[in-house]
Amino acid sequence: MESQYIFRGRVLPYILVAPQLAITLVFFVWPASQALYQSLLIEDAFGLSTEFVWLENFTALFQNDDYLNSFRVTITFSAGTTMLSIGSSLLLAVCADRVIRGASGYKMMLLLPYAIAPVVAGILWWFLFNPNIGILAYFLSRLDYEWNHYVNGTHALWLVTMAAAWKHVSYNFVFFLAGLQAIPRSLIEAAAIDGAGPFRRFWRITFPLLGPTTFFLLVMNVVYAFFDTFGIIHATTSGGPARSTEILVYKVYKDGFVGFDLGSSAAQSVILMAVVIVLTIFQFRFIERRVFY
Amino acid sequence: MVERQPALTFLSHGVLWVGIVMLVPPVWIAFVASTHPLDRLAHSPIPLLPGDQLWENYSTALSEGVGSAKRIPVRQMMTNSLIMALVISTGKIAISITSAFAIVYFRFPFRSAVFWIIFATLMLPVEVRIVPTFKVVAQLGILNSYVGLTLPLVASATATFLFRQFFLSVPRELAEAAQIDGAGPLRFFVSILLPLSRTNIAALFVILFIFGWNQYLWPLLITTDESYSTIVMSIQRMTTVADADVKWHLVMATAMLAIIPPTCVVLILQRLFVKGLIEVEK
Repeated sequence: MESQYIFRGRVLPYILVAPQLAITLVFFVWPASQALYQSLLIEDAFGLSTEFVWLENFTALFQNDDYLNSFRVTITFSAGTTMLSIGSSLLLAVCADRVIRGASGYKMMLLLPYAIAPVVAGILWWFLFNPNIGILAYFLSRLDYEWNHYVNGTHALWLVTMAAAWKHVSYNFVFFLAGLQAIPRSLIEAAAIDGAGPFRRFWRITFPLLGPTTFFLLVMNVVYAFFDTFGIIHATTSGGPARSTEILVYKVYKDGFVGFDLGSSAAQSVILMAVVIVLTIFQFRFIERRVFY
Repeated sequence: MVERQPALTFLSHGVLWVGIVMLVPPVWIAFVASTHPLDRLAHSPIPLLPGDQLWENYSTALSEGVGSAKRIPVRQMMTNSLIMALVISTGKIAISITSAFAIVYFRFPFRSAVFWIIFATLMLPVEVRIVPTFKVVAQLGILNSYVGLTLPLVASATATFLFRQFFLSVPRELAEAAQIDGAGPLRFFVSILLPLSRTNIAALFVILFIFGWNQYLWPLLITTDESYSTIVMSIQRMTTVADADVKWHLVMATAMLAIIPPTCVVLILQRLFVKGLIEVEK
């Protein structure tokens, strides 16, 4: 690891890192190790007896239909969110990069959803699609389409996916635009001189050069859909109807705080930690690539 | 632009307009709903243009509170949110910049161990370790307090990384010159490093303010006493009543009030925001 290594001091550096380290140990490392330990125990609902069961909580999870369902829902949800959000923001970024007139006005509007909390985003879409008074539900009913996310699981999943993707468009837009502006103009100009039209230039030059950005955003969007969307689910569908929107993070919360099944909740936490670790490693591999790029 | 292609430019504007038309309606409809009396929102179709109840609705929400969160007014929730956002953002910056300073400029035993422990927090978002973290906070007796609301969220691997990267790019000669002139490490930190980091601090502050303001799960868990509830978490409580009883006009007024502060931060400090976003995630 690089360093400037200039000052000497026996006590000072420890004082400087102490606050960060203390908080990290008390609120991160210790709880995480508790989760690991707890995931190996089975406790009755009143906390009166505990039994050490090795990996039984994990094997039970992978035989549990509800958990497997939750995995499937999470994968559908994050794939949907990621594709919707990345696709539309790439298109918007390419257009915003092209236009000169009004560019800053467009950018301002497109940055707006970033500031909105996921839970508020969820409530706004919930309101738009409310089967009784929602304006979009009303338009759909005029088209003879009955929208009801209270009973229809597919509708509910669409709803939370749209809300999640909507909120994340700004984030992706910022990165795509920065990526586009970093591409040397001379490359595009050379291709234009060689007779390549705008679409061909996009697919042959711009898009491949955006590869690292896109890959980075893929990882970040999956992380977002997995972990940061709790508010959307909790405030709108609460995992329903019939568990059709019960994503993994929501299930950890539900089993731990509503169901008081601590062993199982801890085991789910551990599985989620493994997911984060894998994603973080992915992301770091990407950064390495970007250095040589 | 490489060549003039009016058709394509036109198309680009078109796509951007479609994008805006897709992005803005949720906020617009919320705003419109927050300016009408409740009975105008009782049956479809609800109005698409603002009504005349703006002042009434917002002052009711601000001073009286809404629905099942009735006991405390939205004004107080906003104060709580503001305290939370400010403490989290300044706290994160303060402890990250000092630890990055120690890691970059000092050689001390366990230095890389410290670095890796801080790094590990990247892999442990709150959502993942909810139950055990809640237990720790309960054992420390800081449920229902500003300390409990903010302190556990103050550690930050990303901010530490950002400052570390920045310090590594500061020429070594600066520190050496300061040392020759007789400045100690703290003097160097305060008089040279902090002023140099100004833009980074500001950019980071914008991102962290929004992060703090928009916290949801954490305040939801540790505040059972309503006087500590934040505006973002309360919106959910306002809607968990029977569908017919939801006071949509006040809920939407509250939603608008929850949106306004972070939106202002993003729009006014747009440059810093974009810089912050890109650097934090790098």
